[in-house]
Amino acid sequence: MPLVDIRDLSKVFYRDSQEIPVFEGVNLEMEQGEFLSLMGPSGSGKSTLLHLLAGLDKPTAGHIIVGGAEVTGMKRRQLAAWRAHHIGFVFQFYNLLPVLTAYQNVELPLLLTKLTGRERREHVMTALGVVGLTDRAEHYPRQLSGGQEQRVGIARAIVSDPTIILADEPTGDLDAKSADEVLTLLKRLNEEFGKTILMVTHDAHAAERAHAVMHLDKGVLSR
Amino acid sequence: MKFMRLIWVNLLRNKRRTVLTVLSVTVALFLFATLRSVVTALDAVSEVGSEARLITRSATGITFALPQSYFERLRAQEDVRSVSWANWFGGIYVDQHNFFAQFAIDPQTYLAMYPEMVMPEDQKQAFLSERTAALVGRGLMERFGWSLGQNITLQGTIFPGDWEFTIRAVYVPDDPSFGDQMFFFHYDYLYEGVNGNIIPGWYILQLEDPTAAPAVIDRIDRMFENSSRPTKTETEKAFNAGFVTMWGNIGFLVKAIGTAVFFAILLIAANTMMMAGRERISENAVLKTLGFQDGLLFRLVLTESIVITLLGGALGVFGSKILFGPNNFVNAFIPGFEVEWSTVILGLAMATALGIVSGIVPAWQAMQLPVIQALRRVA
Repeated sequence: MPLVDIRDLSKVFYRDSQEIPVFEGVNLEMEQGEFLSLMGPSGSGKSTLLHLLAGLDKPTAGHIIVGGAEVTGMKRRQLAAWRAHHIGFVFQFYNLLPVLTAYQNVELPLLLTKLTGRERREHVMTALGVVGLTDRAEHYPRQLSGGQEQRVGIARAIVSDPTIILADEPTGDLDAKSADEVLTLLKRLNEEFGKTILMVTHDAHAAERAHAVMHLDKGVLSR
Repeated sequence: MKFMRLIWVNLLRNKRRTVLTVLSVTVALFLFATLRSVVTALDAVSEVGSEARLITRSATGITFALPQSYFERLRAQEDVRSVSWANWFGGIYVDQHNFFAQFAIDPQTYLAMYPEMVMPEDQKQAFLSERTAALVGRGLMERFGWSLGQNITLQGTIFPGDWEFTIRAVYVPDDPSFGDQMFFFHYDYLYEGVNGNIIPGWYILQLEDPTAAPAVIDRIDRMFENSSRPTKTETEKAFNAGFVTMWGNIGFLVKAIGTAVFFAILLIAANTMMMAGRERISENAVLKTLGFQDGLLFRLVLTESIVITLLGGALGVFGSKILFGPNNFVNAFIPGFEVEWSTVILGLAMATALGIVSGIVPAWQAMQLPVIQALRRVA
């Protein structure tokens, strides 16, 4: 049984009375430990697919099953709790809270758990260790480079040991060197720690780091 | 508690704005506590005074005195047990800003009529037996740091000259509304000091039975109706209430201004929270993406708002409590004026309510925030 099973997924946006179909009848299976890239032109629905998989949006039709749980049938409150346990999200623009240190940003998902302060600290320092930023734990985002900010964002995504990591153009705002570091890190998370990763990207070079590259264009998803 | 740090860092995100908002709430709640205490004290003053004592004064006005000959005629009235009189002195102690009420009284009859003024018997006798003795309220003693036996000089304004007194007795009122910032001395001392050119300012009549008051009032005022100095007689309670009635419009203004200020501050606090909410749309979307529940975000934003208003409110009401505690400088004008603990608690409750009202809209917006649109704003 695949870890992620997307069946006949459709999404239509509505602007006033106008229907704007994004994709229709999309199917996708991802196995545990797989690293997939998703490419496609702007507006093809890559990010929308990622948002649906994260339970941030509802599909017009179809099913999304992650780890045996039917995501599309969950209510808003259930989705938030499910997301906290199963989804690690990496944003293009890092989206760190500027008033929190790197440590505090990484700790955020753990505030939703019943872990003690000491246990949270252990998890945070481990995550920061994985991304190589333990020495920057007390730095604020403004004191970090773009690459470092994204690595903190990745630490935040993995700190609660989620079922799947969803990365929405994680190198889209980085220079070539920093982008390479981030991609190396994602690759390492996949290979060393067995993390399942779905990465949306425009960059063919970045997409090649994955096990497989998917293309979404004109509503059709293909390998 | 683990979320308090998140609330705290958000409060300190824009320190200047937070401080200004806290200070605006501080001002509002300081005004609330102070003005409410003024109104409460004025209401209490209007209630003080006995129904069994009558005040007979000139019908022309309180500043016009009455002939000494009225004393015997009043005392001869049926249902009148005793009569005393008093005069407003209006002296200055060192500086004209040191205002307090000073009365020349007929000590024997006056003290017999006012058991509300409690004092040791030896001090009472010392006051009665010495012509230049003064009887002073405890609050006034504390205000100027006076001590028993101390000589005090008042500079007369209505009765020119320097008037020397020796403090021989200190009274404590059995009801704070009676006031403990008054200064009494012998009428005879004043009479001699002005070579007899003085007559009583008003008379106080102790009734045998309070129910006889309407009849006695009617009889006295009719008796002097066609004299050169017609009188106006009323119960002491009505007399005091009359003074407060003069303050009546001030009481209304106090309430009106207080309400207006309060709502102005409410709008400021609400605006601050709305601004803070707008600034954090993308961050709230990120928190939701991480799994923060709608209800948790609602509580975080609302708590932040309550912390701001409660902090400002606490500064305001406790500041007012410290400034206007027992025996404060306003007691010379408004006896019994004090910010009570009930006002402090009410003020804190209002600050909390202010926080809820000003934070409810941004908290609701954070809760209802559509994550996808908010994330796209960042991109």
